Amino acid sequence: MSESNDPTTTRPRSLEERHSQRAVEYLRQGGDSFQTTRVDAVLNWGRKYSMFLYPFVTACCGMEFMSVAGPRYDIDRFGCALPRFSPRQSDLLMVVGTITQRQAPILKKVYDQMAEPKWVFAFGACVCSGGPYNNYATLQGIDTIIPVDVYVPGCPPRPEAVLDGLMKLQARVQAERVPAGGRHRETDDLPLQVVEKPVA
Amino acid sequence: MDDCGSPVLRRLLEALPDAVEETHARLGDATARVGRSRIVEVLQLLRDDPELEFEMLTDLTAVDYLGEEPRFEVVYHLYSVAKNHRVRIKARVAEDAPEIESAVALWPSANWMEREVWDLYGIHFRNHPDLRRILLYEQFDGHPLRKDYPKEKRQPLVGPRN
Ligand code: SF4
Repeated sequence: MSESNDPTTTRPRSLEERHSQRAVEYLRQGGDSFQTTRVDAVLNWGRKYSMFLYPFVTACCGMEFMSVAGPRYDIDRFGCALPRFSPRQSDLLMVVGTITQRQAPILKKVYDQMAEPKWVFAFGACVCSGGPYNNYATLQGIDTIIPVDVYVPGCPPRPEAVLDGLMKLQARVQAERVPAGGRHRETDDLPLQVVEKPVA
Repeated sequence: MDDCGSPVLRRLLEALPDAVEETHARLGDATARVGRSRIVEVLQLLRDDPELEFEMLTDLTAVDYLGEEPRFEVVYHLYSVAKNHRVRIKARVAEDAPEIESAVALWPSANWMEREVWDLYGIHFRNHPDLRRILLYEQFDGHPLRKDYPKEKRQPLVGPRN
């Protein structure tokens, strides 16, 4: 269908078309002092502007994290300010810096301790893919063990890139559907292997 | 053998001439390569001799010369606070019997450095009090700083079950 034939784009729809009879009555009484919306939209709006982040900071990217959290770039302007140092109180896991093989089970444990809803922010090349390190010690991207919502590459990423990534995450949060009573996201078990091997 | 103008090497050659295999002082760093079986004897002399007095082991590491025989080289860096001089001692270790006597009895600081060399190069230190891996985990397979360790090999993630 071409655009000019689409009635929704050529003419604004009236109140009656957009809302139920009952809502229209309210609207006519109250003028524009309230709006109707979906529960999802309100919930998500609240969630995206009140993220408590857990800074899982392990390496040099931490410097850039401090920069973006400090007053010059000020991540607080985007409603994502308060670092919680308990995973149980946070909803955004910011993984900042190189994750080693030995660190990986700890990261997974922190992720599992966070309450739903939760999101994961991959900050820097190391976290996204292992970055400059392709060796025996470094995990080749945290998405091999936990789900990631937004990747911000860069070694380290500039604060602007982090803010852009945060805004993209917020757009994603706004678009989410809150499931009725279900889990926000499935968590796979980490492919942890407890190797039975005698200690030499 | 040449003492390269270093009083430390001169004293070492004087006391244990048959233990030293090679000396040089390139870029001003007095260096002696000694026989593996004589290492404790040499280190003990360097620590206790009143002219030498190396009371500090600043570094202990290893090098993998893959393709050469003997393959590994254990390197000791010593410093004397009292005399303000330094020396570097090396000992070659063969691949088929990668072991050498521990220096923990002489300098306790050798403990963790020897564990690190064991962890990353797989060189065994005899009579070490507690020779376990220090940086990697016990389930790690192999010694990753050996030149023939496959760079892209992935090890199992070991951790608490959730
Ligand atoms: S991405 Fe670069 S700056 Fe960030 S932790 Fe890795 S090496 Fe450091």
